[in-house]
Amino acid sequence: MTARMDARFAALKAEGRPALVTYFMGGDPDFETSLGIMKALPEAGSDIIELGMPFSDPMADGPVIQMAGQRALAAGQTLAKTLELAREFRKTDNDTPIVMMGYYNPIYVHGVDKFLDDALAAGIDGLIVVDLPPEMDDELCIPALEKGINFIRLATPTTDDKRLPAVLKNTSGFVYYVSMNGITGSALPDPSLVSGAVNRIKSHTDLPVCVGFGVKTAEHARAIGAAADGVVVGSAIVAQVAGSLTKDGKAGPDTVASVATLVRGLATGVRAARLVAAE
Amino acid sequence: MNETPKPNSFRSGPDEDGRFGIFGGRFVAETLMPLILDLQGEWEKAKNDPAFQSELAELGKHYIGRPSPLYFAERLTEHLGGAKIYFKREELNHTGSHKINNCIGQILLAKRMGKTRIIAETGAGQHGVASATVAARFGFPCVVYMGATDVERQAPNVFRMKLLGAQVVPVSSGNGTLKDAMNEALRDWVTNVDDTYYLIGTAAGPHPYPELVRDFQSVIGKEAREQILEAEGKLPDLVVAAVGGGSNAIGIFHPFLDDDGVQIVGVEAGGRGLQGVEHCASITAGAPGVLHGNRTYLLQDHDGQILEGHSISAGLDYPGIGPEHSWLHDIGRVQYVPIMDQEALDAFQLLTRLEGIIPALEPSHALAEVIKRAASMRKDQIIVMNLSGRGDKDIFTVAKILGMDM
Repeated sequence: MTARMDARFAALKAEGRPALVTYFMGGDPDFETSLGIMKALPEAGSDIIELGMPFSDPMADGPVIQMAGQRALAAGQTLAKTLELAREFRKTDNDTPIVMMGYYNPIYVHGVDKFLDDALAAGIDGLIVVDLPPEMDDELCIPALEKGINFIRLATPTTDDKRLPAVLKNTSGFVYYVSMNGITGSALPDPSLVSGAVNRIKSHTDLPVCVGFGVKTAEHARAIGAAADGVVVGSAIVAQVAGSLTKDGKAGPDTVASVATLVRGLATGVRAARLVAAE
Repeated sequence: MNETPKPNSFRSGPDEDGRFGIFGGRFVAETLMPLILDLQGEWEKAKNDPAFQSELAELGKHYIGRPSPLYFAERLTEHLGGAKIYFKREELNHTGSHKINNCIGQILLAKRMGKTRIIAETGAGQHGVASATVAARFGFPCVVYMGATDVERQAPNVFRMKLLGAQVVPVSSGNGTLKDAMNEALRDWVTNVDDTYYLIGTAAGPHPYPELVRDFQSVIGKEAREQILEAEGKLPDLVVAAVGGGSNAIGIFHPFLDDDGVQIVGVEAGGRGLQGVEHCASITAGAPGVLHGNRTYLLQDHDGQILEGHSISAGLDYPGIGPEHSWLHDIGRVQYVPIMDQEALDAFQLLTRLEGIIPALEPSHALAEVIKRAASMRKDQIIVMNLSGRGDKDIFTVAKILGMDM
């Protein structure tokens, strides 16, 4: 684990509450606005940032994140610019862990070694690469771990007990439990099923388990947060960005502020999670 | 990537991780990993199961119409004045193309696995029609994802699929062509993992698809090899096929790969020329990358974003190519060349007039390459070309280009 990720989860443990992990798409709707969103996230109560890397063919994403990626690419976003977002952010925040999330091809084309060096220099703490399962660990996971960057793996309902050890083997930072089979932005799963799944994963690992897919409101965040070490919110934030844009798809006057408002609400939910769970 | 050592055989791939050299692999979301591992396990069992093989052969014979003829194109040969030209007549198969060979094989796998729902992607609609056909024959509900642009330009095939009982879902994300249809099929699969079988139409995608599609299509090359030996008493000098994803090509190439004297040429869609982005020549003008579950040559920009290609033929309109072709290119066993829209169109018309065969626009690309090469070859030399589909589906496209009203 990187020092930032360690320190953040240790602090959360001391506080006795789950993490709020917030995803946004780098470069959506443009570089400057997305930098503004990124800077606003920690202040609004986000504990860990997932920085989306746009890709032309996001095969595991629903329409909300697909369209965000298209907006970002249309505005000229590239992998180099997404790394630049992190570098700019680190100038004023050296504590909040940043996890880059996306698909492998832009990284492969950038060059794996060069990408890892650039990511370290930009202050990246972890990677989530959707289309690199454990069978493909030699591609990026092992080189990333060797350089001290966490490789965060997705576990899903199809990851059974037989497969779970292989999935967890080279996972570090935290485990991202995708709470249902499907694409991002799907409906909220039954929190009781989530709790069972989290316990199942925890019986195989000491890593924190964060849960995502379908969390949209403070109440969702509270319910999922009661059962997990962290709650991941993605599509809801991206949809908030989309809803704030002008008719021609440009940043609106309230884009950054409306995302911050949403995240403040989600943060309230996360902070209430354990209080209720303890009752 | 050009340092791959020469293997003892060109036919032994992929390795156990689904790699052909650096190409292939299993680049999929975790949700899908258990599914493709299941499929691989079932495929290993099925390919060694005599009952499976005999059911496949029976259906091949009585439902598809195999073996397809190897036809000596006498008038075309005379017209060009060089090598003897033979066509492997895959366009005579049930549903009008080679696509049915793979669909029959995979639907038998789906049945063995206890799946109850079929999904497929299609570009020109040939694979969609073949999938809808086998789904009807075996009583499965079938959903076909098709780019919205293709739905428009391939209306007859859309109607065929609907007649066969399939649900056709137009995909409007991206440019609404084959790659977008494949993205959407993968999204469906990730959502419906328990009951759904994804019937991929080309020799691409995550392992084991490139291998199993190739094996189901290799019946083309096996028959052609026997047929040419019977007709001429020797192997051909040249084997030619068109390459989009590359299933008809790998099907005819594979049985000839270890025959030293046989030159093999894959023909990519050169579209309106290779200078810009209006082509689909992944090998000639692309670079290695990762998309749709495998590493292969792709049309992409410097940031690794996938480009939309262009071809007059919807079936070749895909920015990638099967991973085995990428490997065969890198080790130099198969040569890949581009043919432009106009050259394919000219070949389409020539064959129609000389031989009374209306070819699909996909094999018209292969034909244009044959036309280029035949005249400079000796009269005792032999070319075998895969005539992978018939052109009925393309007459509207061609009429429009020729300025005819239908």
